[in-house]
Amino acid sequence: MLDLPLLIGQVFNGFSVASLVVLAALGLALSFGLMRVINMAHGEMLMLGGYLAYLTFLVVPGPLALLVAMPVAFVGAAAVGAVIEVSVIHRLSSRPLDTLLATWGTSLILQQGARDVFGPIGVSVTAPDWLNHSFAIASGPLAGLSLPATRLFILLVAVVVLAALGLFIAKSRIGLLVRAVNQDRMMAAASGINVRQVDLAVFCLGSGIAGLAGVVLALLGPVTPSVGQSYIVPAFLVVILGGLGSMVGTTIAALILGLVSALSQIFLDVSMSQVLVLVFVIVFLQFRPQGVIAVRSRALEE
Amino acid sequence: MTQTPFLSRLWIPVVLLAIAAPWLISGYELSLLGRFLAMSILAIGLMLVWGEAGILTLGQGVFFGLGGYALAIHMKLAGLEPGSLPDFMEWSGITALPWWWVPFKSPVLATLMVVVVPGVFAGFFSWLVFRRRVVGVYFALITQALALSFATLLVSQQGATGGFNGLTNFQTLYGFDLNAARAPVVLYWVTLALVVVCFAGVRWLIRSRFGMLLRATRDGENRVRFLGYDTTPYKVVAFTLAAMLAGIGGALFTLHAGVISPALVGVVPSIEMVVWVAVGGRGSLWGAVIGTLAVNFAKDEISSYLPGAWLYVLGLVFILVVGFLPRGIMGLAEDLTRRSARKPQPQPVEAPQ
Amino acid sequence: MKQATGLLTGALLATAAFSVGAHAEGTVKVGVLQSLSGTMAISEVTVKNAEMMAIDEINAAGGVMGKKIVPVVEDGASDPAIFAQKATKLIQDDKVATVFGGWTSASRKAMLPVFQRTKNLLWYPVQFEGNECSPNIMYSGAQPNQQIVPSLKWAEKAGYKKYFLIGSDYVFPRTANLILKKHIAKDGLKTVGEQYVPLGGTDFSAVIAKIQAAKPDIIFNTLNGDSNVSFFKQMAAAGMSPEKLPVMSFSIGEQEAQAMGTKLVQDSFAGWNYFESLPGAANKKFVADYQAKFGKNAAITDPMVHGYLDVYAWKAAVEKAKSFNPDKVRAAAVGLKIASPMGDVHFAQNQSLVQTAYVGKLQPDGQFKIEWKSDGAIQPDPYDPVAFPNKSCKLH
Repeated sequence: MLDLPLLIGQVFNGFSVASLVVLAALGLALSFGLMRVINMAHGEMLMLGGYLAYLTFLVVPGPLALLVAMPVAFVGAAAVGAVIEVSVIHRLSSRPLDTLLATWGTSLILQQGARDVFGPIGVSVTAPDWLNHSFAIASGPLAGLSLPATRLFILLVAVVVLAALGLFIAKSRIGLLVRAVNQDRMMAAASGINVRQVDLAVFCLGSGIAGLAGVVLALLGPVTPSVGQSYIVPAFLVVILGGLGSMVGTTIAALILGLVSALSQIFLDVSMSQVLVLVFVIVFLQFRPQGVIAVRSRALEE
Repeated sequence: MTQTPFLSRLWIPVVLLAIAAPWLISGYELSLLGRFLAMSILAIGLMLVWGEAGILTLGQGVFFGLGGYALAIHMKLAGLEPGSLPDFMEWSGITALPWWWVPFKSPVLATLMVVVVPGVFAGFFSWLVFRRRVVGVYFALITQALALSFATLLVSQQGATGGFNGLTNFQTLYGFDLNAARAPVVLYWVTLALVVVCFAGVRWLIRSRFGMLLRATRDGENRVRFLGYDTTPYKVVAFTLAAMLAGIGGALFTLHAGVISPALVGVVPSIEMVVWVAVGGRGSLWGAVIGTLAVNFAKDEISSYLPGAWLYVLGLVFILVVGFLPRGIMGLAEDLTRRSARKPQPQPVEAPQ
Repeated sequence: MKQATGLLTGALLATAAFSVGAHAEGTVKVGVLQSLSGTMAISEVTVKNAEMMAIDEINAAGGVMGKKIVPVVEDGASDPAIFAQKATKLIQDDKVATVFGGWTSASRKAMLPVFQRTKNLLWYPVQFEGNECSPNIMYSGAQPNQQIVPSLKWAEKAGYKKYFLIGSDYVFPRTANLILKKHIAKDGLKTVGEQYVPLGGTDFSAVIAKIQAAKPDIIFNTLNGDSNVSFFKQMAAAGMSPEKLPVMSFSIGEQEAQAMGTKLVQDSFAGWNYFESLPGAANKKFVADYQAKFGKNAAITDPMVHGYLDVYAWKAAVEKAKSFNPDKVRAAAVGLKIASPMGDVHFAQNQSLVQTAYVGKLQPDGQFKIEWKSDGAIQPDPYDPVAFPNKSCKLH
């Protein structure tokens, strides 16, 4: 039995999941495109964003807390990202696999740190009243369908961030440098671009976006020391599926995975749909090993 | 390059000492040592695939689990009265034995499955991925997703796998009583013997032409390809062998610990396995074994006294070893012995990509 | 070269020297084995506190048979294999007389063979899914027929007809729901949905869509830990707060409710065998003592009280048996009356506790108001007669 409201509802949920995952994955994809490294502590930037939102909500009362929390989380996560980039990632920049391991160590320390500071049980952020309702359809063929305002808000945040980032990279001067380094690192360095600074800037930007994702995440569930872990594996899969450092690829990949996951959940339970998503990725790579959008061959880039 | 000479020449006293361990240490410590030695077989495989072939896998827990579950299923069936089902199936509402449990009734078949199941699965999986030339970081991340999916799958199929509880409470294996007083010591020796065999086997392998090709692939896969070799089969074989070793380790671990459960095979345990090898030294077989023992004994001690501190220690060790000591304990030991023997000489840092 | 062998021998001998001897004159060692780190630590540390408090009280009052209790605390690290490992250590190396501990079924299952092999005794403080009957475990937490089934009977009397079952994906929820489904079907009512989310799962969008489509009268919730926050939050966002669509939870106690913010779960129901708000002087004293020791806002939960009374039950049984021998202790424990914050309780022949079931409704102050209590104490039955007929547990 396939009823229409459930189907439409799941398509909507697919977009909603995709918007979270794309925010989590953008930073990973951007830095990967530039530096060929994956930051395993990226999930902890989400966690940090969540805790910063929690703290902001304690300090700033009223309906505007959410709007204050977003820049706070962005800046906070970007700053911690900068520390990680300088202290761990840059040091290991020529060894991507070692970077993976070292940043995993960083992630453990950040998680345990959060556990000691905020306690092992999650803290909770109460969504402001203007988000506390849902748009329900009471009659017609779609009766029973309801779209919670928080999820629409998350969708909006993702669209705004993507648009802003797209504009930034296409139009700004820093964006130009980013594109140059992305295309040919050596040439860019040779023509006088400070590649090091571009790396750092992009890394901070990516961490900041993950911090934003943490804020919207806090609207849906508790902020726990391990909250980043539940989103990081899907984010990794999106990066794999998306192609190298491509924003468009990442976005499309997130949408594909979000929809595969949400639609499969009409028939399957959550656990099985997780397995299905992985199978989907492996099968997809059989046909397009270079990902959705190929910037260049993956095999020759060791 | 791959062997540290000073320990290699010492293997006889080390093995003798290990054989004598039941008389030297307490029963509890022996059970820990046995368990950690079982895990070191997995580490030996990881050394082969990561240290030699340069393939980082974050999903070794999957194969550890497959080996462990293969033997555990057999032991569950062996301890059963005729006509009855394992207890967890009854309370999961299962009324007939799942078809794929049936072959595990045979002890011979089940023992084969300990290596065959992880081997076949690893071979197929890695062939799918390597043949499309998905390498490096991509491969590591896919194996991590694999570990997550595998653990989730085990939990969700409670009726057939025991779910979150896993499989426990084993009574007999090959007709031997696992609760007998001598069982732990015998099990320890069997484990030790298998460690020696696996160690020697992999040592021979990495010194063969196959090992050379693996290292060549690690240091420059495209160069090897341009020389006319297809690197995919070599990588698939290395990954498969490592998975089989992980399966043996998992089966022995299950015997020592008396339990195999999804908590032992997921993302975090899988990545901890990489820590063992990183700490010991990824370029050395001795390193794999010593690293496994060192990390796990440290974990046992530290978590007894300062439960929360273990994760800080683990995280820091990871960053420091990878950042400053990429050849691990064995690399450090080698440098120190060389330094005392003759003038220091610069060591090229082995950095598999 | 020499150094290396020396080092290795040294290491082996050093670990050997760590082993501690048997118990000294005038003291008796007991093990306290809970997760002090990892995901379960938050709940299990409070049980450890309650167990330690009981030990301190008994020592202050003269100990057990004139001997002072020396607790050996170990960390199970939320990992079943570690639980088995540490249980072995406690029994073999520390030579403890008995062990108090465990929380998840996985931890209990992993420890069970150790206790059977060494013929020692484990006191297990948490409600669980039943279907187990070991002479080496004293089950003080509720059996299914003392918690989930009575709560269902309450809901049936209250007039709820359509049930939706949601749980974390592990053994207790799946087995509890299997039992619930059989009872619901037998009583002529309807289960309109059953959903599981992986432990720690945070995305309930699909589950909520299915709840909306199924239109239940009440939800029976066996979600664990933080998943509850996500679930209640996303339910509220979808316009289904507990006051509109009732929820009966089996893993939300005072501590969990207060930690996740009572506003979120206010008006939801919970089924337990103890609530902090229970009347009685013994309970008032226990709550006051615990809060004097661990902070005046510390929440008191059902498993803590079971951990606490386990220590007293062991003491009483040892004194009755005049022996620390586990076999004699467990025989003596059966039928022995123990005063506890829950009132007087005793263990039945099947080594499970005879106890009363309660349904409470969460108030804004984080306490549960007792809505209903069972008709007297319920005899424990590990095998629910409706779901698992023809099985029984006889130990004595």
